[in-house]
Amino acid sequence: MTVAVEVRDLTRRFGTFTAVDAVSFTVERGSIFGFLGPNGAGKTTTIKMLSGLLRPTAGRALVAGLDVAAEPSRVRERIGYMSQRFSLYADLAVEENIRLFAGLYGVAGPRFAARRDWVLTMAGLTGREAEYAGDLPLGFKQRLALGCAVLHEPPLLFLDEPTSGVDPVARRAFWDLIDGLAQAGTTVLVSTHYLEEAEFCHRLILMNRGRLIAEGDPPGVRRLMREPIWAFLPDDAPRAVEALRREPAVLEAAMFGRAVHAVLKPEADAERAVPAALGAAGIGFRDLARIEPSLEDVFVALVRREGGAVVD
Amino acid sequence: MLDPIRLAAMARKEWIQLRRDARSMALAFVLPLLLLLFFGYAITWDVRDIRLAVHDADGGADARDLIQAFESSGYFRVVSRLDRSADADRELEAGRALAVMAIPPDFGERLRAGEPAPVQLLLDGSDANTATIALGYADAIASRFGQQVVLRGVRIDPPVEVASRVWYNPELRSRNMIVPGLVAVIMSIIAAMLTALTIAREWERGTMEQLAATPVHRLEVVLGKLVPYLGIGFVDVAVAVAAGVFIFDVPLRGNLLLLAAMTLLFLIGALGLGMFISAAMRSQVLATQVAMIATYLPALLLSGFLFDIASMPVVLKAATAIVPARYYITVTRGIFLKGVGVEALWAQGLAMIVFAAAGLGLAAATFRKRIAP
Repeated sequence: MTVAVEVRDLTRRFGTFTAVDAVSFTVERGSIFGFLGPNGAGKTTTIKMLSGLLRPTAGRALVAGLDVAAEPSRVRERIGYMSQRFSLYADLAVEENIRLFAGLYGVAGPRFAARRDWVLTMAGLTGREAEYAGDLPLGFKQRLALGCAVLHEPPLLFLDEPTSGVDPVARRAFWDLIDGLAQAGTTVLVSTHYLEEAEFCHRLILMNRGRLIAEGDPPGVRRLMREPIWAFLPDDAPRAVEALRREPAVLEAAMFGRAVHAVLKPEADAERAVPAALGAAGIGFRDLARIEPSLEDVFVALVRREGGAVVD
Repeated sequence: MLDPIRLAAMARKEWIQLRRDARSMALAFVLPLLLLLFFGYAITWDVRDIRLAVHDADGGADARDLIQAFESSGYFRVVSRLDRSADADRELEAGRALAVMAIPPDFGERLRAGEPAPVQLLLDGSDANTATIALGYADAIASRFGQQVVLRGVRIDPPVEVASRVWYNPELRSRNMIVPGLVAVIMSIIAAMLTALTIAREWERGTMEQLAATPVHRLEVVLGKLVPYLGIGFVDVAVAVAAGVFIFDVPLRGNLLLLAAMTLLFLIGALGLGMFISAAMRSQVLATQVAMIATYLPALLLSGFLFDIASMPVVLKAATAIVPARYYITVTRGIFLKGVGVEALWAQGLAMIVFAAAGLGLAAATFRKRIAP
């Protein structure tokens, strides 16, 4: 495996608050690497440190073989960065934004024309070059921002919550673009608080309160959850949840539409404990079955195992 | 180290943004001219039409000649004639007259006898400036009148005569002093206000983060932003100089190229100061206010524009050394009125080079700290 990013004990403190706490991981070249966790978990701070925008308090980060703390400007030549907030110039036209960032990345001459056309096509903005970037719908803004971040064809791309606020269809289209870039050899580091988006990542880390709590590929991370999850359809979902929460074998119970999901202790026998608890409360049910945990289930379970609370 | 492509990209982008921002355009092109016209017409130290009340106890031809001499000078206007000298108080207190002239009953008699003929002049000293000037005019008119009487042939031993000539501004028009100074005062304020917005705006709109993630060097950002504002500053100064010459009729005796070179130095410093404030404050509102305070009062009060620096208390005099407008005012007045060259203005030029380097250096230094703390 060729290493694109190597992080050792990376730490960032703001006063007494530790935003990122001794995080270590390695990213393989050409992969999509996801940072998952709720708002405030430390994802954005980590990405900013890797992009050379924020100086680490301690630890070390090698990006494309360069120490970010020592050579931030050389790192910036090799990366593309897109922040979670729309940060192109709203009062500049589409083409003017592209021209500006091309200039800042030193993309000029015939290469500029080719890259501009590539961005316009990718973002679906051909023919709309003269529109102000600020007037575009959010999905277009995001694709234009992505295009401006990769004008210089960087080997590394950092995306900080690129899809926040976008509708699911546009989100899906955006992930297709990211996938295309990765297949062309770009290493993509992306943060998100939409846990279902983790499925698009080759490898991911879960963060909470500044600490790395799990790492692996999506199936591997799901397997980290040892507690089984069971689902069923009760007659009265709210009362079923109430009844299960009083049952000692049940760690967690919640409604999912008309269904109820229950997380049980690993050693518990669900097929006996659940019917018993519901029967005692006089609630009928059907379709009791064990289900695959979602990443959200895994996340909650891992945080609970650590005895901590989820920040959101 | 400085990349011309990145520099050009920054300058181009800044110019496009500036062109589209109505507030900046008004600040850049309308406000300077408005200020120039407003201050140019409003500020004047020339004292004319001083309201004069006269108590003429003599009533003879000589007394009438004296009053006539005051009126025809243009400096005094007789607003009332008093019957009793006791009324003088009333006129001054009510502010109807600024000066009262009392001519004694034996005025004409004494003159014809070749004796000294004293005339009393009472002045309202509550406005010390105007009173001093009025006193000077009255003295001049009276002594001239005295000479004429002497020449009419009573006694011919010529008194000591002072032949005074005023150089550079022979008519002593205060406008000739004010307009060149105004160019410096106005540009101090406008330049800092213009650039005060520029970096703070990037922070407020979040575009700074994207900019910071590119390889652009902080000096390229500062210089790239400077270029369009420098162009605007030059246009402003050119318009102000033209207005001074053609509207206010101020003579322009010196070398325009020298004025342009000095203006360049001054503008770099003033624009750099604004950018430094902008980078430090990170908020457009705050930066505008700080830029206003940091430039307006010093440029107006400590630059030698309104008050002579040489007669200031030591502490204030020392403070004027760090007011860039002070040096530029010496330059504009020198070039406009005296037509002096580099031999007289090199010290000012050096001071402005220091300010230009300091302004840009501070802006770039502050800017770096804030991107990656």
